[in-house]
Amino acid sequence: MNDDLAGFVADVGPSGPVCVRGGGTQWHVGGAVASAATTVWAPIGVVEYEPEEMTVIVGAGTPVADLHVQLALAGQRTNLVESPGSSVGGALVVGRDGVHTLGRGRARDALLQARYVSAEGALVTAGGPTVKNVTGFDLCRLLVGSLGTLGLLGEVILRTQPIPAAARWLQGEVDDPRVVARTTRTASAVLWDGTTTWVHLEGHGTDLDTDAAALPGAFVEVDGPPTLPTHAWSMAPAELVDLDPSATGPFVAEIGVGTVHATAPCPPVAVPDALRRLNQSVRDRFDPDRRLNPGRDPLAA
Amino acid sequence: MRLRRRQAAVVPDDPCTAALVDALGVHKVKVDGASRYLAARDASVYRDGAAGPVCYPETADEVAACVRIAARHDRAVVPRGAGTGLAGGTVPLGTPVVIATTRMNRILDVNLDNRVVWVEPGVINLDLTRHLLPMGFHFAPDPSSQQVCTIGGNVANNSGGPHCLAYGVTSAHVVAVDVVLPSGEQVRLGGVEPHQPGYDLRGAFVGSEGLLGIATRVAVRITPNPPAVATLLLSFDDVEKAATAVGAIIAAGMVPAALEMMDSRIIAAVEHHVHAGYPLDAAAVLLVEVDGPAAGVAADAARVGEIGRAHGATEVREAVDEHERALLWKGRKGAFGAIAVIKPDYYLHDTVVPRRALVEVLTAIYEIAARHDLIVLNVFHAGDGNLHPLLVFDGREPGTMPRVHAAGREIIEASLAAGGVLSGEHGIGVEKRDFMNLQFSDDDLDAQARLKAAFDPHCRANPGKVIPASHSCADIQALQRVPDGVWG
Ligand SMILES: Cc1cc2nc3c(=O)[nH]c(=O)nc-3n(C[C@H](O)[C@H](O)[C@H](O)COP(=O)(O)OP(=O)(O)OC[C@H]3O[C@@H](n4cnc5c(N)ncnc54)[C@H](O)[C@@H]3O)c2cc1C
Repeated sequence: MNDDLAGFVADVGPSGPVCVRGGGTQWHVGGAVASAATTVWAPIGVVEYEPEEMTVIVGAGTPVADLHVQLALAGQRTNLVESPGSSVGGALVVGRDGVHTLGRGRARDALLQARYVSAEGALVTAGGPTVKNVTGFDLCRLLVGSLGTLGLLGEVILRTQPIPAAARWLQGEVDDPRVVARTTRTASAVLWDGTTTWVHLEGHGTDLDTDAAALPGAFVEVDGPPTLPTHAWSMAPAELVDLDPSATGPFVAEIGVGTVHATAPCPPVAVPDALRRLNQSVRDRFDPDRRLNPGRDPLAA
Repeated sequence: MRLRRRQAAVVPDDPCTAALVDALGVHKVKVDGASRYLAARDASVYRDGAAGPVCYPETADEVAACVRIAARHDRAVVPRGAGTGLAGGTVPLGTPVVIATTRMNRILDVNLDNRVVWVEPGVINLDLTRHLLPMGFHFAPDPSSQQVCTIGGNVANNSGGPHCLAYGVTSAHVVAVDVVLPSGEQVRLGGVEPHQPGYDLRGAFVGSEGLLGIATRVAVRITPNPPAVATLLLSFDDVEKAATAVGAIIAAGMVPAALEMMDSRIIAAVEHHVHAGYPLDAAAVLLVEVDGPAAGVAADAARVGEIGRAHGATEVREAVDEHERALLWKGRKGAFGAIAVIKPDYYLHDTVVPRRALVEVLTAIYEIAARHDLIVLNVFHAGDGNLHPLLVFDGREPGTMPRVHAAGREIIEASLAAGGVLSGEHGIGVEKRDFMNLQFSDDDLDAQARLKAAFDPHCRANPGKVIPASHSCADIQALQRVPDGVWG
């Protein structure tokens, strides 16, 4: 366990297979880590938080839920997924979005700066501390979803968002769930299981009332979204209404986004050769010996 | 800045040009002096570029053919959009083959359920938004140059604009890019489906300033037009009060669609030019726009007004109708045109600082300009701390350019010292390449060079930009040397 960045750099060192463990909640994504790897833990804790900058500096080992508790004191949050035990670094390197992508944007846009340990054991800074920055290549986007194969996240600066004044989940039945996404202006999520539609509205209370009143059909307020099946499929949003439940099994689809939470595992997606080579070439340049999280492969995720 | 124009002699029958003409046809390859003169510059102050043959491909396959032919003849390639870049990104170094996307300007497919539009890279930013208007959508990134700049240029520079405060810069609005790699291979990075296997190479490509390949098709995310909009003009008798109000608005939990600041000099220039109704006695104004569903907009607009008054605003004016709103924005967006009345030349800077440092850095900028005997005007994206100090001068007056460059360097240093970054939206190009070492360590730059090497192992795409000589794959000195056979 580490609470400082220098200690984390020392733990990773310059050689030998190594993996970072966050909360271990997404440990299966993109393959299992080779068993010979040394396990290291990234620093934990909020380093600096200034609500008026709408940024927070946080150790990558910090649980997302703990971070969100602190941010909520100032009426803010991030758009990282908060699953029990998941760490900030883990949520970033897995890069999965939460169900509120429609309204809150994608997890990959949350990362402003990353200080990570490279395969050579050097502490590297990608990105910058400000909310807007186009200085040099955007390595932060590359790190999100990298499964820790290009560098090991030590400390990050995240963009925060204000928590809206009002929010509610509604549930109802409509012929075409796309109409719900089209008619509401405050929806952060529209979920659909083939029969039932759930919508999460957030914003100014009066606007929520307006949106709720305009919903097609009868909607009732509920406590939260349905339980999501464990596998994630990915489709063009326009194709969701035609999805084949005999392939996915029982599902919950994110309307307007394209993610389908399915009971059946997603069949492997074909990756064109040129794209596969480019991915490998990136990994070769950043970690020629494959010492960082060996065994995990973003192409398999 | 050199006043002599340099042009390397490119003869139509040189083998590379001959092969390009063979592949594309004679009407899509230009080697005349005028074409190469135009392709040698952009909107930056850099005049040392020298273009080789200028190609106007119409399809991705033609772009790939150009890239392959250039590689075969050991020539670099430089993609070019509208040439409005302010960092010299498309200024060709070492007489490369220039690949202009202006003829690839079709909007290919609009899918409202996907909220995605496929466009060719030469589509003009505002043309896309105009096309979407009747459908109730727009393309959110709105650079002030949007009437002329291309989506390809926006992607390459990860461009921003006033409305990117709430909506995010270009990267957040690009879901996929079809790219011709420096090898000539074609790949799709990203996709319309939300999850894609592998690294986010789409994200790495956006903002890569033409150094990782050439975009031939772009899938952009489109944004529904807001049902309600309120535009407010807050006047202050003191710049510091205005800057403090910016922080207070954000701290109150609002993210306005736009939050722009203008100082008294720019107000005077704009009023003279556009008659937008800005108060001539104000030291600074904030142009604040909130948008979204009606009730939230009304509540936020009221709070912005209250916060402004609490921080000493001398006047709070809300645009009463679309006409007044358009006029207020016309003043802001026309600011750069307006400064011509002061001096003929300008150098627009672009750094970002934390919002808390706005007052400190603005004060430093006024001081730096005064010390170098230059006029500086400030009109910028205050909401995200993105400063745009505008130095105006007459380049014909002897001894001016060294002062302009010295002041520029000090502005950059002051921004970095306050915890800021080199560029918020214009990019690095040639302009800030040699400042990269001020923000990044050797190890940081090494990581950037690795990404470049993964895409472009032979260093063929837009060499000599972004990465400083210490880490560049290109021999920057050789690139900047006057090529053989120069005339002009
Ligand atoms: C008056 C004025 C106001 C401006 N306001 C803003 C503003 O508010 N916000 C902002 O962000 N910028 C602004 N700019 C800067 C500029 O307009 C943007 O950077 C714009 O995105 C550049 O687009 P372009 O088509 O002119 O690209 P160019 O200048 O032609 O090229 C820019 C870069 O993109 C590369 N490139 C072009 N096309 C491709 C392609 N298809 N594939 C790969 N690389 C490519 C070039 O090699 C170069 O590196 C302004 C400029 C001016 C002159």
